[in-house]
Amino acid sequence: MPPQTMSAKTDATIGVNGTAKSTSNQAPPPMALPANLKSDLLNKLSLKSFKLKTKQQELLLRVSILFLVYVLAFITRLFSVLRYESMIHEFDPYFNYRTTLFLTEKGFYEFWNWFDYESWYPLGRIVGGTLYPGLMVTAALIYWGLRFLRFAVHIREVCVLTAPFFASNTTLVAYFFGKEIWDSSAGLVAAALIAICPGYISRSVAGSYDNEGVAIFALLLTFYLFVKAVNTGSLTWSLASAFGYFYMVSAWGGYVFIINLIPLYVLVLLITGRYSVRLYIAYNCMYVLGMLLAMQIRFVGFQHVQSGEHMAAMGVFFLMQVFYFLDWVKYLLSDKRLFETFLRITVTTTVGLAAVALGVGTASGYISPWTGRFYSLLDPTYAKDHIPIIASVSEHQPTAWSSFMFDFHILLFLFPAGLYFCFKRLTDATIFIVMYGLTSMYFAGVMVRLILVATPAVCLISAIAVSATVKNLAQLLRTKSKVTQGGSSKAASGSKASSKALLDQSQPFQRNGAIALLLGVFYLLSKYATHCTWVTSEAYSSPSIVLAARGAHGNKVIFDDYREAYFWLQQNTPTDAKVMSWWDYGYQITAMANRTVIVDNNTWNNTHIATVGRAMSSYEDEAYEIMRELDVGYVLVVFGGVTGYSSDDINKFLWMVRIGGGVFPVIKEPDYLVNGEYRVDKGAAPKMLNCLMYKLCYYRFGELMTEYGKPPGFDRARGVEIGNKDIKLEHLEEAFTTSNWIVRIYKVKPPNNRW
Amino acid sequence: NEQLAIPQLRQSSYRHETPPTNPSRRCLHLGYFGGKRLHKISWSAPKPSPLTRSAPMAKLAIFFTLTLSLLPFLSHSFSPDTPTDRRILVLLDDFSLKSSHSIFFTSLKSRGFDLDFKLADDPKLSLQRYGQYLYDGLILFAPSVERFGGALDVAAVLDFVDSGHDLIVAADTTASDLIKSVATECGVDFDEDPSAMVIDHQGYAVSDVDGDHTLIAADELIRSDVILGKTKIEAPVLFKGIAHSLNAANTLALKVLSGSPSAYSANPSAKLSSPPSLTGSAISLVSVVQARNNARIMISGSLDLFSNRYMKSSVQKAGSPSKYEKSGNEQFVTEVSKWLFHERGHLKAGNLRHLKVGETGEPAMYRIKDDLEFYVDIFEWSGNSWEPYVADDVQVQFYMMSPYVLKTLSTDKKGLYHTSFKVPDVYGVFQFKVEYQKLGYTSLSLSKQIPVRPFRHNEYERFIPTAFPYYGASFTTIFFFYLFVFFLVIKTRFAGALQMAGFFIFSVVYLYNNRMVGRPPFSIL
Repeated sequence: MPPQTMSAKTDATIGVNGTAKSTSNQAPPPMALPANLKSDLLNKLSLKSFKLKTKQQELLLRVSILFLVYVLAFITRLFSVLRYESMIHEFDPYFNYRTTLFLTEKGFYEFWNWFDYESWYPLGRIVGGTLYPGLMVTAALIYWGLRFLRFAVHIREVCVLTAPFFASNTTLVAYFFGKEIWDSSAGLVAAALIAICPGYISRSVAGSYDNEGVAIFALLLTFYLFVKAVNTGSLTWSLASAFGYFYMVSAWGGYVFIINLIPLYVLVLLITGRYSVRLYIAYNCMYVLGMLLAMQIRFVGFQHVQSGEHMAAMGVFFLMQVFYFLDWVKYLLSDKRLFETFLRITVTTTVGLAAVALGVGTASGYISPWTGRFYSLLDPTYAKDHIPIIASVSEHQPTAWSSFMFDFHILLFLFPAGLYFCFKRLTDATIFIVMYGLTSMYFAGVMVRLILVATPAVCLISAIAVSATVKNLAQLLRTKSKVTQGGSSKAASGSKASSKALLDQSQPFQRNGAIALLLGVFYLLSKYATHCTWVTSEAYSSPSIVLAARGAHGNKVIFDDYREAYFWLQQNTPTDAKVMSWWDYGYQITAMANRTVIVDNNTWNNTHIATVGRAMSSYEDEAYEIMRELDVGYVLVVFGGVTGYSSDDINKFLWMVRIGGGVFPVIKEPDYLVNGEYRVDKGAAPKMLNCLMYKLCYYRFGELMTEYGKPPGFDRARGVEIGNKDIKLEHLEEAFTTSNWIVRIYKVKPPNNRW
Repeated sequence: NEQLAIPQLRQSSYRHETPPTNPSRRCLHLGYFGGKRLHKISWSAPKPSPLTRSAPMAKLAIFFTLTLSLLPFLSHSFSPDTPTDRRILVLLDDFSLKSSHSIFFTSLKSRGFDLDFKLADDPKLSLQRYGQYLYDGLILFAPSVERFGGALDVAAVLDFVDSGHDLIVAADTTASDLIKSVATECGVDFDEDPSAMVIDHQGYAVSDVDGDHTLIAADELIRSDVILGKTKIEAPVLFKGIAHSLNAANTLALKVLSGSPSAYSANPSAKLSSPPSLTGSAISLVSVVQARNNARIMISGSLDLFSNRYMKSSVQKAGSPSKYEKSGNEQFVTEVSKWLFHERGHLKAGNLRHLKVGETGEPAMYRIKDDLEFYVDIFEWSGNSWEPYVADDVQVQFYMMSPYVLKTLSTDKKGLYHTSFKVPDVYGVFQFKVEYQKLGYTSLSLSKQIPVRPFRHNEYERFIPTAFPYYGASFTTIFFFYLFVFFLVIKTRFAGALQMAGFFIFSVVYLYNNRMVGRPPFSIL
C-alpha cells in the first residue's frame, strides 16, 4: 500500500484532534493526552517557534490539511498513468478528446457550429448542438492558459489530468459545504473522505476524460452555493449558485438532478413551514437566472422550459410566488377566517390552473413528455421492457449490493449515523443534505453509474457522523479533565450539567470506552484508506483500451490490440472508408483511426443502430445488402475467444438482436436461442451459427488451438468448442486480425463482376 | 495465419481506369528480359572495375529503358485513351478453323486487330506474363476442348475477364464441360443434355438438308443500334447449335439472338419423351454479357454461326416468301464483334465537379439550401477518337440513402453535361451520383461524396417580423427599468440621477450606432 494515503489519513485525524484541542485550549490548559503526542508536539513547536495564537494555529492546521488533501486527491488518481501510460481511457472520453482537439485547433465558433460528417454516416451529427461543451471548454481554457504561461504541454496531457484536477477542487468545495452544513471539522473530514472515495475515483482517474469528472465538481459547487444562499438570503450567493448551475448544465446531462432536487427541497421546506424570505430570494434568483443561462447551451435550449423533466422547477417557482402573495395578503387581512377563505379559493384556483396548463401543454405537445432515461430512473424496470438501447448499457444496470460496498466501504455504515446526526440538528442546510443523500442513494440503486452522484452526499453525511462522533468522544475525555480541574464550575450550566453529572458517575468506564471507540474510529478510517487505495490501483485505473492480464508465470501480459487495429485502419484504408462496428467502438474508431463510422456511442438514432444490429444478426447475403446501402467498406468486430476477454461482441450479440428486432421485426430473439439459452457450441441455433457476427468472429477460428488439451476452436471466453468451424465468407474477406485476435477487421468486397 | 493483408484496390468501375496493358507481345519478350537484367546491372554496379565492358552495357541499358518506356506510346494496345482492343488470342480446336472461318478473322484483321492463333491445348498457352496480360481479347473457338494447355484454366479465363478484357465463347453440340463452365460463370447456362440441339419446326432454314430442323433461320434480334449497328440486319441469321438460357439472377446478360416461340431444345435423333427443359423465347442462341467492369463477353451456342459456309449461303426462312442471297451471319457477327471489342458503345465519363452558384472552385461542404451547379463530361469512343456523347437522359442524383434530388442533365453537345439545383433542407453526407445504364453502352457509375451542413449560428435571420412584439417587450422593459431606477435615484440624489440619465442617453446612442453598423445590439436575441 502506498504511503501517501496513510499519511493523509493521519493528517485528517490530526485535524479532528487539532480542532478539538483548540476548543479545549480556550478552557484552562488541559493535561496532555497521550494519544495525541504528535499533534501536541506540533502545537508546542508552533507555539514556541512561531508564537502563533490558537486561532492562527487552527487556521494553519486547517489550511495545511486541506492542502494535503488537495494534493492527495490528485496523486491517488495517477495510478493509471503509472500503471499504463498517459492515455485517454474507455469510450466516451475519446469523443471528448477528439472534440477538445478540434476546439483547440479551430477555435470556439467552429466548434460551436461543428457538423461532423465522420460519424453516423450518412446522417452526420451536429456535434456543436448535441454535446455538453463544459468539459471541452474547460480543458481548452486550461490548455490555452498553460500555453499563455509558456508551458508547452500537449492537449492530451491536459485532457488526461483534467479529471484529477477537478477532483482536487471538489475536495475544497466539500470542505466548504461541510463547513456550511455542520462545522469546519466536518468539512475537513468530508474533504478527506471524498478525496479518496472509490465511488468518485471510478470516474475521475487520470485519463478518464469524461463529463462526470468536471460535473461532480459543478454539482457540489451549485449545491453548496445554493445552501449558502438559503442560509444567508444573499442575492450574491444566489447569483453565484446560478452560475454554478450554468457550469453544471454546460458540463453534464445530470444537471436534471439539480433542477429537480432543489425544487423538491424548496417544496419540503414550504411544507414543513420553513418558508422564509431567504429561501424566496435564493430560489427565485437561482431559478430564473439559472434557467436563462442554461438555455444558452444549445443542447438544452428551450427544453428547459418545455420538457417534462424541468416542469417541477417551474411549478415550485410559481408556488413560491403564491406563497409570497399569500404572505402579503395575510399581512393586509387582519381577520383570520377571511384569510382562510381566501387561502382556500386561491389554492384551489392555482392548483386547478396549473393542472389545466400542464394538461393543455402536454396534449398540445408544447411540453414534451419525460424521456425514457428519466422514466427508467423512476421505474427501474421501464428500460428493460421498453428501451433495449438504454438497458443494454452496462453503466445503466441496477446496482448490485456488492458494488455499494466496493464503492463506499465504511461510508455505507456511517451514512445512516450521519443522517441521525442531521435529524438531531435540523436546519435548512441539514435538510438539504439529507434530501440530497436520500434521493441520490435511491438513484444510485437504480443505475450503477449514479453512485457517482450519491458519493458527495454520502461523504458529507458520513463526515458529519465521523466528526460528530469524534467530537463527542473527545468531549467525554475532556469532561474528565474538567472535573479534575474545576469541579465547582459544573453546576453552572443548566440542564447540560445534569447530564454531565450523570456521566461523571461512570467516569472511568466512560473514559475507557471513549478511548476504545476513538481507536475504533481511527481503525475504520485507516481501513477505509487502505481499501480506497487498493480499489483505485487495482480496479479503477484500467484504461480498458489496453487490457492487462496475468500470464502463466505471474508476469503481466498487456493486450494492446485495440490500438493496433485502429492504427492499422488509419494506415491501410482509404481516408473516406466507412467502418461498420457495434456502436461501442464508434468513438474510438473516429478518434484513433480517423475513419467514418456508421454508429457510435452517442446513441441518438435508434433506427440507425438497429440497422447495424440487423446487419450483424442477418445471414451474410442479407447483411451484404445492408452494408452496400450504407457504403460500408470495412467491418470491425471484437472477439475475445482467444484471450478469454469476455466483453466482446459475441457476448454483446443478444443486445444487437434485441435492438435490431425492436425496429425490424424480421429479427427475432428466439431464433438465436436454444430453449431460451444462448450458446455458440454445436447445440447453438442454426441462425446463430450462420449469422454475420458469428461468422466474422469465428472465421478461421476452427483451425486454432487456443488451450492445451482442448480441441481446436475452443472459445476461451465462453469455455466451449465452437459449433461452426467451417466458415466460408462470400462477400467479405479478412483484412486484418490483431495479434491476440481481439479485433478483427473485414473488408467488404465489391459486387461480383459478372453476375 | 496471415496477419497483414493489404486491401485489394477497388476494381475500377469504368473501363478507362484499368491500368494500361503491355505493349505487344513480341517486343515485350525481348524488352523485359533484356531491360530488366541490364537495368539492374547499370544501377547496382558501383565499382567501375571492368570499365570497357560496363560502358556499352550501360548504354544498352539506357537504350532498352528508353525503348521500354516509350513502347506503351508507340504500340497500338488497349489503353484508357484508345479503348478498342488490339491483340486477340484465338484458341482453336484445330487449325482448319482458321480457313473455314476466315471471313470472320479477316474482317477482324482488316479492322486492325492483331490475331494470335493457337491450339486450345497448346502446352505453352498463357494469357499473362509477369502479371501483365498479353492480350486484350480472347476468342474461344474450341468447343470440344476438355482441358486448356499450359497455364490456362477456367479461373484464368475468368480472371482475364475480371480484369477488364473481352471474351467470345462459341459452343457446339460437342461443347465440353470446360466451355460450359466458362459460360456458367458468366451467368449463362447451356442445356445440360449433351445431345440436345435447338430445333425449330417453324423457323428452320429451307436449306436444312438433314430435315431435322436444326438449322435455324433466326431473326429475333435484340433491338439495339449500339450492339448491332445502325444498318438493320435484314436476312435471318443461320444457327445450328445448342441452346442456352440466362441465369435469372444475372442482370447483366442480354439475349442478342433469341429463339423463336416455336423453338425448343432436345435431341433431334431421339423421340421426345418428356417436355423439353428449354423452350420458346427462353432460349437464347447468342447472348452478350457486359460485366460490371465493362468487360464484354459474347456467348454463342453455335460455332458454325461464324463460319464462311453460313455467311455465304443463301437463306430462306421456312414459311417466309422472302429469300436472301446471303444470310445475315456476316453482318451480325461483324457488328456484334465491333461492339464486343469496344469499337462502339464505349462511354467515358469523368471530371465530375460541382460548385456553389457565384463561386469558383469546389467547396468541401455545402450548407442546406445552397444553390449549386453540377458538371460532368461524357464522351463516346467512335473507334478512332473520342466524340462528345449526346443524350437527353443522363441524370444526376443527390443521394443520401435515397435520392433527394434527381435531375436530368442538359448537354452543350460538346460532351459537357450540366445542371443546377438547390441543396435540400436536410443535412448529412450526400453523394452526387451519375448512374447511367443504357442498353449496349458501358455503364457509367460515378459518385462523389459531399457533406451538407446545417446553418451556422450566425446564418439565421436575426430579426423576424413575427417576433417584433417580443423585441418591443424587451426594449420597453429595459426602458422602464431605466426610468424606474432614475426616479428611485432622483429621490435620494440629484447627481446620481444625472449620471443615470447620461448613461441612458449614452446607451441609446451606442445601440443606435451599432444598429447602423449592422451588428446586432443583443447577442442574446
